[in-house]
Amino acid sequence: MNRLAVELPGLKLKNPIMPASGCFGFGKEYANFYDLSVLGAIMVKATTIESRFGNPTPRVAETAAGMLNAIGLQNPGLEKVYSEELPWLEQYDVPIIANIAGSKVEDYVVVAEKISTAPNVHALELNISCPNVKEGGIAFGTVPETAAHVTKEVKKVSSVPVYVKLSPNVTDIVSIAKAVEAAGADGLTMINTLLGMRIDLKSRQPILSNGMGGLSGPAVKPVSIRMIYQVSQEVNIPIIGMGGVTKAEDVIEYFLAGASAVAVGTANFVDPTICPDIIEELPGLLDKMKVGHITELIGGSWKTEWVAQS
Amino acid sequence: MRKLDGVVTKHEQIAEKIFELTIQNENIDASFKPGQFLHLKVGAGMDPLLRRPISICDIDEKTNELKMIYRVEGRGTEVLSKTVYGEKLNVLAPLGNGFPLDEAEQGQTALLVGGGIGVPPLYYVSKELKKRGVNVVHVNGFQTGNSVFYEREFSELGPTFIATVDGTTGTKGFVTDVIEQENLDFDMVFTCGPIPMLKAIEQRYHGKKKVFLSLEQRMGCGIGACFACVCHVQEDPAGASYVKVCSDGPVFPSGEVVL
Repeated sequence: MNRLAVELPGLKLKNPIMPASGCFGFGKEYANFYDLSVLGAIMVKATTIESRFGNPTPRVAETAAGMLNAIGLQNPGLEKVYSEELPWLEQYDVPIIANIAGSKVEDYVVVAEKISTAPNVHALELNISCPNVKEGGIAFGTVPETAAHVTKEVKKVSSVPVYVKLSPNVTDIVSIAKAVEAAGADGLTMINTLLGMRIDLKSRQPILSNGMGGLSGPAVKPVSIRMIYQVSQEVNIPIIGMGGVTKAEDVIEYFLAGASAVAVGTANFVDPTICPDIIEELPGLLDKMKVGHITELIGGSWKTEWVAQS
Repeated sequence: MRKLDGVVTKHEQIAEKIFELTIQNENIDASFKPGQFLHLKVGAGMDPLLRRPISICDIDEKTNELKMIYRVEGRGTEVLSKTVYGEKLNVLAPLGNGFPLDEAEQGQTALLVGGGIGVPPLYYVSKELKKRGVNVVHVNGFQTGNSVFYEREFSELGPTFIATVDGTTGTKGFVTDVIEQENLDFDMVFTCGPIPMLKAIEQRYHGKKKVFLSLEQRMGCGIGACFACVCHVQEDPAGASYVKVCSDGPVFPSGEVVL
């Protein structure tokens, strides 16, 4: 029995670990370090219709146990992703989750319709939560009605299940989650980055050229855990959790909060082999916790009363 | 490129805020090229979180040692400066593409221009060029006399000129002032330092000499995945074309990157 196997809409994962979108490019850099087939899945970088340069530099700034980024959805555009990046990934036995972004609903529809037909794309991740583009992005993800609308339109054209990536930059994340579930979302991924800023003492100006940026890394994990804990009790679709995962224990914590799989983001920048390392650590940790299959842990913090064994 | 643990075999302060750090690992050898860099994990915990890119100052293939020189500038390098003999440092290396040493032929003269913490990689460049029979001339610029380092080491390889902004050591002014005042003659330029310096070099010599610039840039992953260190290219200065300093660079020929 594969104790790490997880089945989600569109996705048969040999393990629940996948690199998060924007933290892994389209995989090539990491293929220099390990065989990408060991991964549960890969969430590739956000794709828009046209190629984008993104924001001016500086685009990253370090924070306590985290980092701010304002890359601005730099990507080679739909055609190139479809004809070059995705086919290159076909050499690996790993399902791809394609992250799609746009500035209007029609953009999402165009990208979704085409990219969902790529043979190795098994699911879409609808990015309605990028904080770093002026138009669109987060604007869709912070209001239940617009989030639901873009979800519904993308669902109409997508050939594969659609996961909606939620923004934490909202007062009531449960209402957004419920709205996209009602609109037909097959799953949720959460969370995207938290809006933040750093100011340089010398120049007295924000460090990032964009001013604000998205905070990620270990610093954001408690926020994500809390939000998944809340949302997973209110929806009936699975959640892929992310935010500050750096070790197997973090994965377990996400499962206990209510996630059914876990993405690793910023940690890939610090340690390129972090994903395979975590995958390797997980069975030992399950042994230690006397857990047979990892799925037994989903929602464990609220589902059942668990009595500590003495 | 690989991930490896380097054991600290030497660590000392060599100028104001400037430290020389040597690490050893069996995989460190001549495949580490001049102009390449390493991405170093500082401290064991999550703060500082990101690695620090530091250029390779020298390689000793016999002892499998790598020398780097860094300036204590922020929290990361402050923590790094406390590293002691025998400690292990995790590095990704070698990263990026080095200087194209093959562009210099035997008997030609290469001008090596370094600015501040851009000086160290040129030491390894100079050593390797000299081995190939290329004449090397160095012009190194610093803020002030206290921050000057490796004057003797460079002098052993070839003529070495120092410029300091305040004139406390060498010529008062910038590296470009020295090049002009000394009327230096050369066939190509290899340079590393702050952007204003690189710009000045490019403006003066692009199209007239072969010029190769090594860029310093804030980095996230150091391997090309995060898109933190991208630059526009001069062919398409406002468009979507780009290069990544970490994986396409950090060395570029003049005229390629928008500085």
